[in-house]
Amino acid sequence: MQLRISSLVKTVSAAAALAFISMAQPALAADAEVSLVIKDHLFTPNPLEIPADTKVKVTLENRDQTTAEFMSDDFKGGKLVTGGKTVSFFIGPLKAGTYEFHDEYKESISKARLIVK
Amino acid sequence: MLSTALIVFREILEAALVVSIILAATKGVYRRGYWVAWGVVGGILGASLVAVFADAISAWASGAGQELFNAGVMFIAALMLAWHSIWMSKHGREMAVQLTQVGEAVSSGDRALSGMAIVVAVAVLREGSEAVLFLYGIAASDPNQTWQMLMGGLLGIASGVAMGIALYFGLLRVAMRHLFKVTNGMIILLAAGMASQGVAFLVSANWLPALGETLWDSSWLLKESSIVGKMLHTLIGYSAQPSGIQVLTYLATLIIITALVRRSGRPSKKSLPLKNTGSSLT
Repeated sequence: MQLRISSLVKTVSAAAALAFISMAQPALAADAEVSLVIKDHLFTPNPLEIPADTKVKVTLENRDQTTAEFMSDDFKGGKLVTGGKTVSFFIGPLKAGTYEFHDEYKESISKARLIVK
Repeated sequence: MLSTALIVFREILEAALVVSIILAATKGVYRRGYWVAWGVVGGILGASLVAVFADAISAWASGAGQELFNAGVMFIAALMLAWHSIWMSKHGREMAVQLTQVGEAVSSGDRALSGMAIVVAVAVLREGSEAVLFLYGIAASDPNQTWQMLMGGLLGIASGVAMGIALYFGLLRVAMRHLFKVTNGMIILLAAGMASQGVAFLVSANWLPALGETLWDSSWLLKESSIVGKMLHTLIGYSAQPSGIQVLTYLATLIIITALVRRSGRPSKKSLPLKNTGSSLT
């Protein structure tokens, strides 16, 4: 019985893994790109503007020595970027409106706005 | 110093909650302390390695390395948790009867516990590496703050661990004969939450379609970044703005594990007689 179950689990997980691999298409191209810089724990440009209903690739350059993490309470997505490095990630598609985002490690001073239109 | 403590606390909290659930879920299993301790040590070593190689990991897969790594870590943990709850449904009754280990289950107990050690390691590794990167960043930018940072970090770790201990002893107050049922339920929710977070990482790496970017937005009610939000995020996979595929994965994981647990929990002819359940337990 135990053997049968563990082989069942294996089969299910293998099937799930296969499903993932077949579904996963590396980099479904983003429709828009923006770049963002963090310096002295402040984001520029602020506000950041992106088009509505579009998946946007954000390139984030960290010009501080500290680690920062792009984070929002209003939408998903974001990423950790160590000091002096550049990362990119995807946000959206988002509806038109104004959203906030911040550096998780310096939340109070780094608050910035994202305008989607 | 307090802001450092708070940030470290939030990172450590998740790992501490996972460890305490696993400790409660394996209460009475032979040599669990040994395996969980190895999980913690392995996780700390792993966290340091991940922190050291953070930039290299980030650069993998044309910049999607961080997401893929996190997703992989989440899926491993979810699989191990699923395996554990299935194993427990088979052996939990034997242990509830005798509390100390039933001889024949020792060897398979070791195998199941090695799975739990991996879950512990993975939880510590993921959250710990972010805490290490954060602290390292402060130390690198302002060496004068090292002492404050160290104190803040330790305070944060201590508070996170304290929350874990509180949850552990809270769980132990559950009557022994219900304990495995309760913790097994929690482990299944943990697994579903981790699977859906793993999928969310793949969506943000643009490897999977979101199937509806935001199915609902409950951030007005409970922000995911608040302490309570973070705890629920760990415990039941709470997400303030889940995508369609996240919800689907969550439900599918719940259903699949529950079905497998039911299947393996069904008494087979070889099971021990279970007449005296509950009498001599506490």
